Amino acid sequence: MSKSYLSIERVCLTYAGGRSGEVLRDVDLKVERGEFVSVIGHSGCGKSSLLNIVAGLTPLTSGAVVLDGVAVETPGPDRAVVFQNHSLLPWLTAYENVRLAVDKVFGRTKSRPERHTWTLHNLALVQMAHAKDLRPPEISGGMKQRVGIARALAMEPKVLLLDEPFGALDALTRAHLQDSLMQIHASLANTVIMITHDVDEAILLSDRIVMMTNGPAACVGKILPVDARRPRSRLSFAESSAYRDARLVAMEFLHTRRAAA
Amino acid sequence: MPANALERALAPPSPAPMTADVVPLPRAGRPLGARLASSARHVAATTLPPLLTLAFLLLVWQIAASHDAGGLPPPSQIWTDSRELILNPFFDHGGVDKGLFWHALTSLQRVGIGFGLAAVVGIALGVLVGGSQLAHRSLDPIFQVLRTVPPLAWLPISLAAFHQAQPASLFVIFVTAVWPVVINTAVGVRNIPRDYVNVARVLRLSPLEYFLKILLPAATPYIFTGLRIGVGMSWLGIIASEMLLGGVGVGFFIWDQYNASRITDIVVALVWVGLVGFGLDRLVALVGRLVSRGASAV
Repeated sequence: MSKSYLSIERVCLTYAGGRSGEVLRDVDLKVERGEFVSVIGHSGCGKSSLLNIVAGLTPLTSGAVVLDGVAVETPGPDRAVVFQNHSLLPWLTAYENVRLAVDKVFGRTKSRPERHTWTLHNLALVQMAHAKDLRPPEISGGMKQRVGIARALAMEPKVLLLDEPFGALDALTRAHLQDSLMQIHASLANTVIMITHDVDEAILLSDRIVMMTNGPAACVGKILPVDARRPRSRLSFAESSAYRDARLVAMEFLHTRRAAA
Repeated sequence: MPANALERALAPPSPAPMTADVVPLPRAGRPLGARLASSARHVAATTLPPLLTLAFLLLVWQIAASHDAGGLPPPSQIWTDSRELILNPFFDHGGVDKGLFWHALTSLQRVGIGFGLAAVVGIALGVLVGGSQLAHRSLDPIFQVLRTVPPLAWLPISLAAFHQAQPASLFVIFVTAVWPVVINTAVGVRNIPRDYVNVARVLRLSPLEYFLKILLPAATPYIFTGLRIGVGMSWLGIIASEMLLGGVGVGFFIWDQYNASRITDIVVALVWVGLVGFGLDRLVALVGRLVSRGASAV
């Protein structure tokens, strides 16, 4: 019996047939309410598969994912996903993309004006209120990802799943979005799991960093707590010893494991 | 003097013709006359080349045909012999002796019914074939064979089944236009990005919501590609089947004039067929652009 908010218990993922083999073996991870956890590892190690299992998009082979006392089997809005390539519907405006999720999740519990206000509120949260009537092809990559985050936040998920959300963005845009995400997390205290391959991003944002071993049959290699007070400021935090220590440990893990593989 | 010529040769090409194409936004303070001149230049640049080409072709035709009496009539003879047909498409002397507008309208009505039916059935079948692996495996090979059957080959079977000209020609239009709609819709449904499906699953959209909010909009550009090919093919089909079935319609008109040896009228009718077909194609393309909005610009 697990007491954690989100508990990933001995999760295994094996693809039968064509694509050979074992992707994940006995992945164990506990996440507390309000915690920000990053999962980091080399590409192809199965970290996105892990996120998809928590989202319910990929069925697991064995083990269990338990969120707030309920086993996860299918996808649902309590585990909102921000996909790497934003996956906004291009024929809807930014507002309509968020509104679709709001209508679906709160269709019974909120009135129409409430849903309208809630949609605008979430767009404002990611500083996209000014572009609410634009369609995805008309806005930049960073703006699309902001709308994607707004759509996920608007579902009021129990856990927010971010699949390399800033991977496709340039460094400056990425930094802006990281700052926005930190502010949102500070004010809403969401429970977040973020997949990333960027060590600095993981250290800046996370309470704990989960480092995965290389696949096949990847598992949790090491969990690195980041002991630093929030709010963290990008510049001063980068100079602190906590940051440098964490970075050293993470780099060492990633590079020695790679050498061993 | 040679220095001047060299200078001119080395100078970059004058930008004047380019600005005419770009249609600059109206700048404040620019005189109205200049703006009018610029837009007139733009219109001239797009309409003059095809008009000049047409004039040139007519001239070649005139020269080539005027030496050979009894063959293809030259444009001048078409003008003298078929002037009433060209200038007054709306006359109606009763029976089948009508202006080309009425013939075209009859053909268009048949296309409207047959093609409308093909669009509805085609989209429904396409969604089925695109969405279900089993339906795809069992139906797609059959569709791929049937779509290569030319429109006229369906006509005898169609006549045998329906016994009457009107439903038989409608069926020919339907069966000609339906395959491209089915096949393109199916491709569109199969190509819905994985991400959109995942969004639908996370939001737990019901099958109906998925159909209306994800599937249809995502497949719309493909559907309209199929509709555009389909409307073109149904126009091909109607002209051919009317030639055999008789009654009213552009296809019948062409055959009738051939039997009456009025070749000049046939040429006029061909121009009508071409222009109406072009109009149909543009109409479907326009509706497609309006309906799909941003969907094609992913």
